Amino acid sequence: MPLWLWIVVGLVALLVVSGILIYNRLVKLRARVNNGWSQIDVQLRRRYDLIPNLVKTVQGYATHERELFENVTEARSRAIDANAVPDQAQAENQITRGIRQLFAVAENYPDLKANENFLALQEELTGTESKIAFARQFYNDQVMLLNTLIGSFPSNVVAKTFRFEPREFFDIEEPVRAPSEVEFPR
Amino acid sequence: MYEQIAANRRKTILLIVGAIVLLGAVGYVLGLWYGSGPAGLVGAVALALVLSLGSFFGGDRLVLASTRAREVTTQDQPRLHNIVEGLSIAAGIPKPRVYVIPEQAPNAFATGRNPEHASVAVTEGLLSTMNRVELEGVIGHELAHVVDRDILVGTVVATLVGAVILISEFFMRSWWWGGVRGRRGGDRGGGGIEAIIFAVGLVLLILAPIIAQIVRLAVSRQREFLADAQGALLTRYPPGLASALRKIGAASGIPMRSANNATAHLWLNQPSRIQGEGMGPLEKLFSTHPPIEERIRRLEEM
Repeated sequence: MPLWLWIVVGLVALLVVSGILIYNRLVKLRARVNNGWSQIDVQLRRRYDLIPNLVKTVQGYATHERELFENVTEARSRAIDANAVPDQAQAENQITRGIRQLFAVAENYPDLKANENFLALQEELTGTESKIAFARQFYNDQVMLLNTLIGSFPSNVVAKTFRFEPREFFDIEEPVRAPSEVEFPR
Repeated sequence: MYEQIAANRRKTILLIVGAIVLLGAVGYVLGLWYGSGPAGLVGAVALALVLSLGSFFGGDRLVLASTRAREVTTQDQPRLHNIVEGLSIAAGIPKPRVYVIPEQAPNAFATGRNPEHASVAVTEGLLSTMNRVELEGVIGHELAHVVDRDILVGTVVATLVGAVILISEFFMRSWWWGGVRGRRGGDRGGGGIEAIIFAVGLVLLILAPIIAQIVRLAVSRQREFLADAQGALLTRYPPGLASALRKIGAASGIPMRSANNATAHLWLNQPSRIQGEGMGPLEKLFSTHPPIEERIRRLEEM
């Protein structure tokens, strides 16, 4: 074979190999994005399960906060029924605010604050809130990596050929992490 | 990050090969004395292989057992479990197993051979002195070690160094007691064996500081800064770990019974062995961790 043919074969091989590498990276990132989303989903479901319990516990002590209970319960069912990512994010924000208000209300009821069941629920919900935040952080990081790869050259050629779509960020409020937050006695 | 994982894999292989060569050499010399060099070589290499495989697959259990750590359930420690699970989600790794060590000094470490087989252990003192944000900072640091495979190198080092220390102490002691008995027994035979044991003990004694040096190189103090930074990237809140380190620094006078040379590099901060004693210049030179003030300063600059 003449030299130029060798060079052409070499170039084609190089193109094919880098194409395969880019494709594999795209597939991996897509899997991580999907995994990240299901992690968020798991934690959000956990929170849906905890809410009726929390409402019931607080209701036993704080009978006058009917509006707040209804708000949280309504936001919960809206979040469960939501289909689009932005709708769900909005309902989740409402839940977060509602739960925060419930805990603020609980401050006025010493009996409730001493209730063991309530304390356990509080730890569970605080833990779940932070897990939601961490899951969202992971998901958004992976979405950013995937979207960058899909948008930049030369990976965009591979992405277009194999129909990789950019994904949407999940925007919800950060949980409060100031030192002014209540510290629980152990 | 991927380069670090690859670098740590190379380091582990190097360490294991090093251990095999070292023990092989010692075995060959021993064998020569007894009249069969190759037999000694084969025996020692076999021993080294068992040790290396053992440290790779069972090192984490050995390290955990040596600190008397016990596994805790979600019911026992809901806060700790919630934090570990949350940060594992953020790091994109499976949730490690969670252990508590019965020690009053606040400290923590991670061990295992990969993120799928990882364990995080914290002391009782850490649980009682840290609030949620600080605990998140500490766990974030440990999970960074898990993600980077520092735990693999650290665990293999801990087991191999532990074995070398054990063997050298065994030889030194048997030489010492044998020597005493020999003197009492007058001109009885057995001088040859004594000489061998003495020689081996001496060789291992000379090797011990060299091995300590290798440990320092393998588990560089730079790794701690990196884990601090990566941990802060996970929690997105550097002041949490900074505040935790400040508390740990303030409590550095509390000694740890389960601390020893073989595992010192694994801990979040170097454990102290003697009550109320600060670090001397020699200890600083051979310390496995950077000074805590420096770590706090870097975190505050983020």
